[in-house]
Amino acid sequence: MAELLVWPALLAYGEAAVAYAGNARNPAAFGRPATWGVRIGWLAQTGVLVVQGVRADGFPWSTWAGSLNLFVWLVVGAYLIWGCSPRYRLLGLGVMPLAAALLAVSFAAGGTEAGSGAAWGDVVLVSHIALVLVSFAGFTVAGGLAALELWQERVLKSHPAGLLRMRAPSLVVLDQLTVTTVAVSLAALTAGIVPGLARLPDRGLDVLIAGTVVLWALGASVLYLRVRVGRRELAAVLALGGVGAVIVLQLGLLFAHLG
Amino acid sequence: MRLLLVGTSHRLAPLEVRERVALGPEGEAALALRLGASGEAVCLSTCNRTELYLAADDTGAAGERATEALADLGGVPRAELEPYLYRLEQEAAATHLFRVAAGLDSLVPGEGEIQGQVRSAYERGAVGPLLDRLFRQALHTGKRVRTETAIGESPASVASAAAALAAQVFGDLTGRRIVVVGAGKVGELAARNLVSRGAELSFVANRSLDRASSLAERFGGEALPLDAVDGELARADIVVSSTSARDPILSREQVAGALPARKGRPLLLVDLAVPRDVDPAVRNLGGCFLYDIDDLQSVVEETLTGRRGEAIRAEAIVAAEGERFRAWLASLDSVPAIASLRERAETIRRGELAKMGPRLAGLSDRERHAVESLTNQIVNKLLHQPIMRLKEAGFGEEDDGRAPQGRLEG
Repeated sequence: MAELLVWPALLAYGEAAVAYAGNARNPAAFGRPATWGVRIGWLAQTGVLVVQGVRADGFPWSTWAGSLNLFVWLVVGAYLIWGCSPRYRLLGLGVMPLAAALLAVSFAAGGTEAGSGAAWGDVVLVSHIALVLVSFAGFTVAGGLAALELWQERVLKSHPAGLLRMRAPSLVVLDQLTVTTVAVSLAALTAGIVPGLARLPDRGLDVLIAGTVVLWALGASVLYLRVRVGRRELAAVLALGGVGAVIVLQLGLLFAHLG
Repeated sequence: MRLLLVGTSHRLAPLEVRERVALGPEGEAALALRLGASGEAVCLSTCNRTELYLAADDTGAAGERATEALADLGGVPRAELEPYLYRLEQEAAATHLFRVAAGLDSLVPGEGEIQGQVRSAYERGAVGPLLDRLFRQALHTGKRVRTETAIGESPASVASAAAALAAQVFGDLTGRRIVVVGAGKVGELAARNLVSRGAELSFVANRSLDRASSLAERFGGEALPLDAVDGELARADIVVSSTSARDPILSREQVAGALPARKGRPLLLVDLAVPRDVDPAVRNLGGCFLYDIDDLQSVVEETLTGRRGEAIRAEAIVAAEGERFRAWLASLDSVPAIASLRERAETIRRGELAKMGPRLAGLSDRERHAVESLTNQIVNKLLHQPIMRLKEAGFGEEDDGRAPQGRLEG
């Protein structure tokens, strides 16, 4: 059943990714197919997660591939909050190809199957994984928003004649969204690290934990620079750097899994 | 009834002629009432056009009256005015009005004001069935064009481009603080556009405090001496400058000095002055967005090019609506023939029922009602096909000179 739903999700995400690329040239023709691709794909992937959750004996997303599946769902879900508006379609161009590619990787690595990596009863582990994944998804979307903000700033500075024909959110709105998303992600990461710390005596400190702490410091720096110091542009650059940190951590998880 | 348009516009007449035949709201209503005495009339008068829409049986005589009325209005001999007038009939007149309502006949394609002007003219007119349908469809066409194309979305003036830019930086302008430097007309126009989007005019700075106070009072702001502007930079969101000073009013150092207190909030500076009021080096400061008159003019030119592109799509909508109106006009021709046919059939039905009267005398009310209903249904079914043919004949392209009834009878 889960396998049957993965294909529609993959196809819809792929279609959305292609439509977002087309949207840059012809918004009238590609705007709606892109939005519907996101919606249908996300619903199909929600179905995959429900089937996994029902079938598995324990928490089905504690493996690396499973967590990637959940991560993609969270990223697309976060994007869906804004993605249905034409002004945020440029963000979709960044998010949807990534989502389609990562879901395909997760599928190939067995992350959409109903296997279990941890028991539901292990509340500490389950909440640790769920909260950290929520924060990863949040930092990814915040990075996308920051990229859009930096692009908007550049456009406004360079005074192109067609400036008003580029449909994008305003600079101030992007700034506020980036900061809010980083704040929520940081809160989730903080809450996710605490159960992780409870397991520290058993596991010991490793590179992944150190990387997670770096990500936390990055998020905190974004908020400090933006709210206390007023360095909007630097904060946006750091938020964009958060995506890089998430990618490194995901790769780290993969190597840990392979090892 | 036939539709007729007599008018003049910026496409044919210079301003000197247009201003002589221009009408105010009362004038529009009075002339419509006078010309509509023998039919229907609507007068549409804007700064770009004065047009008289008439519905009359004799369009020749109606056209003469309309031309006389315009000549009287302008106080010019008729022969002098006629070269500037156009005269359109039936669907050509309708399609012209649809183009006007859509903003396609305006100086700036897609401008939105004309829609309201057409509505006002319609409300002040002496309308009957034909002009009522025409103007309602014209308003519908204007609305469709603005909804289904992007023709009216982009700014068409430097002042509205400045407001659109501010929205690009700040999003919702509600509560954003504007400082206007220079109390001239240009700055006022830009401020008016910003205020109409929800921004608040905080200060007007000018060399003459009297002029600054006069402008500030109109927008609920305060007047400020010119040398006190940099003190307000930390709190302002948008600065609009348009003085006639020879040297810059705002230097890079002044603006840079205000930035730390702004805590990363963007500052939009709109410099509409020539020579420029704001040091061009300000555009290199982080969080400052400086636009001068050339930047804004190139934005306006670009959006006007976009509007012209959208006009092609808008023309297709106007053509479709024109065709719909033509079909409706044609269907009016067959109405008398259909009515006559129905009347004749009804007379025959009643006559036959009357002949059967003695034999139906014993029927109950219910049975009599059933017979009435049955005969009605038979007549309706028999008439259905001829009526459809009449309507089709009315919609047809070719006109063989015969009345619809004649065409039906072959």
